Amino acid sequence: MAATKTSKEQRYDRQLRLWGDHGQEALENAHVCLINATATGTETLKNLVLPGIGAFTIVDGHTVSGEDVGNNFFLSSSSIGKNRAQAATELLQELNSDVSGNFVEENPDKLLDNDPEFFHRFTLVIGVQLPESTCLRLGSVLWSASVPFLVCKTYGLIGYMRLVVKEHTVIESHPDNALEDLRLDQPFAELKSHIQSYDLESMEKKDHSHTPWIIIVAKYLEKWLSEHNSQPPKNYKEKEAFRQLIRQGILKNDNDVPEDEENFEEAVKNVNTALNPTKIPTAVEDLINSEQCSNITSQSASFWVMLRAIKEFIQSEGNGSLPVRGTIPDMIADSQKFINLQNVYREKAMQDAAAVSKHVECILQSVGKVSCKNASFLRVVCCRSLAEEYSVDSVNKDEITSYMDSPDSEMVLYLMLRAVDRFYQQHSRYPGVYNYQVEEDISKLKLCVNSLLQEYSLNVNIKDDYIHEFCRYGAAEPHTVAAFLGGSAAQEVIKIISHQFVPFNNTFIYNAMSQTSATFQL
Amino acid sequence: MNLLLFSLFREKKRRRVVELTEKMVVDGGTGTRCEWEGRWNHVRKFLERSGPFTHPDFEASTESLQFMLDTCKILVIGAGGLGCELLKDLALSGFCNIHVVDMDTIDVSNLNRQFLFRPKDVGRPKADVAAEFINSRIPGCCVVPHCKKIQDFDETFYRQFHIIVCGLDSIVARRWMNGMLLSLLVYEDGVLDPSSIIPLIDGGTEGFKGNARVILPGMTACIDCTLELYPPQINFPMCTIASMPRLPEHCIEYVRILLWPKEKPFGDGVGLDGDDPDHIQWVYQKSLERAAEFSITGVTYRLTQGVVKRIIPAVASTNAVIAGKGQNPGIVKFAYIPLNNYMVFNDVDGLYTYTFEAERKENCSACSQVPQDLHFSPSSKLQEVLDYLTESASLQMKSPAITATVEGKNKTLYLQSVASIEQRTRPNLSKTLKELGLSDGQELAIADVTTPQTMLFRLSFTS
Repeated sequence: MAATKTSKEQRYDRQLRLWGDHGQEALENAHVCLINATATGTETLKNLVLPGIGAFTIVDGHTVSGEDVGNNFFLSSSSIGKNRAQAATELLQELNSDVSGNFVEENPDKLLDNDPEFFHRFTLVIGVQLPESTCLRLGSVLWSASVPFLVCKTYGLIGYMRLVVKEHTVIESHPDNALEDLRLDQPFAELKSHIQSYDLESMEKKDHSHTPWIIIVAKYLEKWLSEHNSQPPKNYKEKEAFRQLIRQGILKNDNDVPEDEENFEEAVKNVNTALNPTKIPTAVEDLINSEQCSNITSQSASFWVMLRAIKEFIQSEGNGSLPVRGTIPDMIADSQKFINLQNVYREKAMQDAAAVSKHVECILQSVGKVSCKNASFLRVVCCRSLAEEYSVDSVNKDEITSYMDSPDSEMVLYLMLRAVDRFYQQHSRYPGVYNYQVEEDISKLKLCVNSLLQEYSLNVNIKDDYIHEFCRYGAAEPHTVAAFLGGSAAQEVIKIISHQFVPFNNTFIYNAMSQTSATFQL
Repeated sequence: MNLLLFSLFREKKRRRVVELTEKMVVDGGTGTRCEWEGRWNHVRKFLERSGPFTHPDFEASTESLQFMLDTCKILVIGAGGLGCELLKDLALSGFCNIHVVDMDTIDVSNLNRQFLFRPKDVGRPKADVAAEFINSRIPGCCVVPHCKKIQDFDETFYRQFHIIVCGLDSIVARRWMNGMLLSLLVYEDGVLDPSSIIPLIDGGTEGFKGNARVILPGMTACIDCTLELYPPQINFPMCTIASMPRLPEHCIEYVRILLWPKEKPFGDGVGLDGDDPDHIQWVYQKSLERAAEFSITGVTYRLTQGVVKRIIPAVASTNAVIAGKGQNPGIVKFAYIPLNNYMVFNDVDGLYTYTFEAERKENCSACSQVPQDLHFSPSSKLQEVLDYLTESASLQMKSPAITATVEGKNKTLYLQSVASIEQRTRPNLSKTLKELGLSDGQELAIADVTTPQTMLFRLSFTS
């Protein structure tokens, strides 16, 4: 039964309020690949299937074991002995009939040997519980094909994620606490004349008390500038004096007692942020001065074309500033005054957007929809490749050693994961899987730790406790840690697919013992 | 603070009590568990192996797993976004005796994250469907559903559980649960008996943000200790809604609060039902008209529904994360020192977690056992006391009922929840405390939905 638009809208209502219809469309056009349907993998996929990802393909050559069924919601005991990719696909598919689920009963190493281009078709690849060699091989193939790669691992009580994406552009970062774009320090012509249309001294009380605070601040700023040699209030003392100036403007009744004028209170409260100079955020400055922005070709993504158009706008119509955002916060005012003021900003924003569009047209003939209001929030995330992280020549020694100044920093967990990978390479198994191995593997693992530190010339100390703990884990994958990681990973995948919100860069470690986490750039 | 020890200790004490008083009934809920080789391998490594970071009192043994499989009883409150995740996490961590309480039925908009439900289940009770799904997917697990409100149960129900995990969507409900567990505490000679403590693990999510916390009633900060942490609900001022709208939200609230009661579009006494598309459609059309009057743009159907139902955006991933975090103290981390004690999570920009220890409030109205003073002058009206109870940031009561002993007799001063009593006691609100016969040092017993027990306040007259 095909889902009607309204029933899909109902089903996805709660998430549409977060990433919008266009974000949902991107999700529904995506096809992700999961390698290894362990608990971590199926939990990640579950959180992508539920919101309606277009399609998924599970690549897994393993057969289901009793242990697998024990920690995995998407495997049942009847599937023991069957191929794990197939078994998991069935139960994941069942979650959402809008999604198309596929499986390949194959070891990723085999695919890399025989058909590496298999992976080119995916929007993103998620590699779970991969041995180091497979991970690096896959990383290299995906890097060349510019396919984003998310590596996930649950190892005992430790969760690990590594994002590998060459250049990820974010138009809608949805920052939590963005500053308003009011332009009070350099009001554009239409704003100036709108402010001029007000005469606070001659207003009746009702109008006076319902004048938007933006107008109030603007008016008193004019007064201040004329009395202070065109210098706006800069330090605390001056700002306090400016606030006083505004307070004095509050109407007084016949007994000389100040009236209750909430809009003036708002003005005083907002002085600090209102006086923020209009500035292009450093992140955006860097982008504008970047190479991709200077060298636009027919291959350039629309993100860079738009950025270039914005750059040209800044240099001409913008007079050194970004296009006006066009929104104002809510404030005490009567409807008409508020709407009129809002429209002044809105119309200017539309004007600026049209100017940017003209620049876009000149740069390139056909480009998608242009949206300027997010200009201040544009972000680009560039992760280093796995090859760079693992190479002795380019390993990020500084990051590692500086974090290891605190020997219990999450960085030690990263190093232990690397050591454990090394153990696997040498012994074809992970340490401490069976009870009798725990004790004897401690010294073997310690050798791996030392060889790792030596190879990368890392002058750090790893406490024996961690080596013991990692043997204790026996490469277990407890469900709760897998579930936590599955939730985190899925959200990062959604960010990459929708180009909304900002992904992490580039290594995330979760410590379920202490309930702490950290992000490193390696 | 070791949760496993608590639970084992309580269990031993409970068993002794049962042994002494009646013939012991063996809970056979997990009779034929259909075990298979290796099923609990992942869990065993944490319960049967000692390690350098485990709690000093933890002893690795096979007893713990057996305890979890056979005896440990967990209560999950809420079978929604968090609840579904919690049930799965618990079942896959070895807990086989789980009860779940939820009074709601399944809605289409739940399906994007409440993965135990399918389109065919819409309209059925959440607790029932959730239990069915888990019991069928995880052999041997026995989830017992209760389609009831938490207030429908009393201490005898709650006392049977070793741990209670909450995935609630209201602060009032959380406070009630908090109060219930506090009322179960036993003090012997002023010393808290640890076997009477039932740990409460609470979590909440909103969009890409969430938090999880561990509460040991009587020992750590409780819900009421940190009431100020909860953001106040957005309520626009009436004058803005009635005569000076600026935002599309103001227009929608105008229709909801003022126009609907006036025009009664679907008949007398028919309240606005946010789940009825026809109702929302009506509100939407009227909101557009209102907005047009003031040249306000931005009213959409989606916004209308969001405002009327106070919708909070939600996705599967955040719920998975918070349930996973909240769960860790409860299970695998049984052996470790549990989350201490409040953790927040935000993945709008990268992934951010932060853990801190919420401190107990010295004079917490719920858990401090310090009598709460009410400072009023004898000429203050009862209404002022009522206002204080509802508006104070530390009390935030919803509809308190006030009783006092006057001249040896129990007198209800004001009660809102029963219409006839409300009418009868309403005149008291405009009487002064002196007129009502109250004296300095007098105790007032106050009941409210935010607490299962009546709270005692002491009236302290100011001059």
